Amino acid sequence: MMLFQNIMGVFRIKRKLNRSFAVSFLMFLLLALFGAFMALPLVYAVNNAFKPLDEIFIFPPRFFVRNPTMDNFFDLVALMGNSWVPLSRYIANTVLITILGTAGHILLASAAAYPLAKYRFLGSKTIFSIVVLSLMFSPHVTAIPNYMVMSWLGWIDTHASLIVPSMAFPLGLFLMKQFMEQLPDAMMEAAKIDGASEYRIFWSIVMPNVKPAWLTLMILQFPILWGTDGGNFIYSENLKTLHYALGQITMGGIARAGVGAAVALFLMIVPITLFIISQSSVMQTMANSGMKD
Amino acid sequence: METKSIQQPVKESIYPEKESRLAYIKRELTTGKHYYILMAPFLIIFFLFTVIPVIISFGLSFFSFNMLELPKFVGWENYSRLFLNDDIFMIALKNTFLFAVITGPVSYIACFIFAWIINELSPKVRAFMTLVFYAPSISGNVFFIWLIIFSGDSYGYLNGFLMKAGLILEPIQWLKDEQYILAVVIIVQLWLSLGTSFLAFIAGLQNIDQTLIEAGAVDGIKNRWQELWFITLPSMRPQLLFGAVLQITMSFAVAEISIALAGFPSVNYAAHTVVTHLIDFGTIRFEMGYASAIATILFAIMVGTNMVIQKLLRRVGE
Repeated sequence: MMLFQNIMGVFRIKRKLNRSFAVSFLMFLLLALFGAFMALPLVYAVNNAFKPLDEIFIFPPRFFVRNPTMDNFFDLVALMGNSWVPLSRYIANTVLITILGTAGHILLASAAAYPLAKYRFLGSKTIFSIVVLSLMFSPHVTAIPNYMVMSWLGWIDTHASLIVPSMAFPLGLFLMKQFMEQLPDAMMEAAKIDGASEYRIFWSIVMPNVKPAWLTLMILQFPILWGTDGGNFIYSENLKTLHYALGQITMGGIARAGVGAAVALFLMIVPITLFIISQSSVMQTMANSGMKD
Repeated sequence: METKSIQQPVKESIYPEKESRLAYIKRELTTGKHYYILMAPFLIIFFLFTVIPVIISFGLSFFSFNMLELPKFVGWENYSRLFLNDDIFMIALKNTFLFAVITGPVSYIACFIFAWIINELSPKVRAFMTLVFYAPSISGNVFFIWLIIFSGDSYGYLNGFLMKAGLILEPIQWLKDEQYILAVVIIVQLWLSLGTSFLAFIAGLQNIDQTLIEAGAVDGIKNRWQELWFITLPSMRPQLLFGAVLQITMSFAVAEISIALAGFPSVNYAAHTVVTHLIDFGTIRFEMGYASAIATILFAIMVGTNMVIQKLLRRVGE
């Protein structure tokens, strides 16, 4: 029983209403078990990046690295220098697409969310219903006409084909609108009395007050763009993304397994770091995410 | 007797003329001008790449179109071919429903249960566990890690582990054996599925009014299960509805994982789904009309299921 109490002490379980120790203990055990299942592949990916080649292909396979080495990263740098399209190019493409797409999305979604959250006007309800409806199907449904629209616009094989559509991601508008509804109306009325235009109110009053929601939109949009392989829209090698390059590297077979692991670690670590930084803001926004009756 | 007409304080205040519909629209458009301008950039892109494509897709599903010749009207032919003459589509439909029936409810319930347990932890542990469960869904498509775990030779982690433990004698081709493919894809799909709805649930749980729980205790709620059913679930209804939409949509859209793990096409179409069928006809065979019919059916399945589930969930705790 002593041990038991100590364990609960670690988690600082308050003796709360309606809670029994035994059930709590079982539930945390369940959580830990599934937590391990969730984390293991990621821990493995980290370990692999530091394994020398002979350890990657050892039998029986080992989970943890024994002689950690930075070789894979040095190989990666070497590979960056002398391939036909340098790897830095893929990185630059991915960074460009991700930053423009995410920033554009936050800006456009906020601009569209502000009127929907704070005013009633002709069509506002219909527009919002369409946005909610569009959460109910995946982008696969529109893949074919999208290609036609792209070729009509002449955007095939340009970065615009990846950046522009991602700016109008309906989930972002939905979350931003729900968050903006919490802002007190008095704030906007005060600005209006002082003679501020709607654009001014949006830019100087509303936007600074929805920073937690910016970060949320960022954390939802960023991994999608960061992980894009260019899909059907990008053909030129020098426009392709890092995720595409990773596919090419891992296809290079056994000799490239270490480098592949290093790239994978890089791809994975960036969105996870961003989430760690923005977690508390994200949770604040998500509290307002619900669909009202 | 002299009479004097009484001056009305406001002229014609009693019988205002009924405004015509057109005048109303015009007035709304002028007063709301700024709102429309603010929304315009988002909405133009949204309509161009989401709304109009759904309509085009629906229209195109009645045509035969290969991107080179002009579309030819064929009526319901694409649909009748799908359901009567396409064995592969039937396999895809069966697999998709199987995926959805398993991953949809399991991931939804898992999102809630883990969020519910995590919510009891102290803030620092809670933040850490949230990260552990959420990380797979944002880790930039690294699900190819599972390729190494389920690799068919003895270097695969699962095979290596099972062989060392003496449970199997020779490696199992996890990704090439019809028996296992579907299960493997489902496991990986579940691993990736604790995403936005999971966060929404944790946030929702943290914002439940604590006085409700205290009041409930006074009214005779004794344990966590009663608290869950009578207080927690009804208070979280908006988040539950939101999470359901995301999980359902995701559970019907299995494709990338199936392609990455099982290949395209997978062995004997064991992991073929409606979306991979759509990709097959849309990007390889260029039968755009036929692919549009598949897309339209996918749209109907996703939206239909969402509508039904929304109706059911609105009754929770009523």
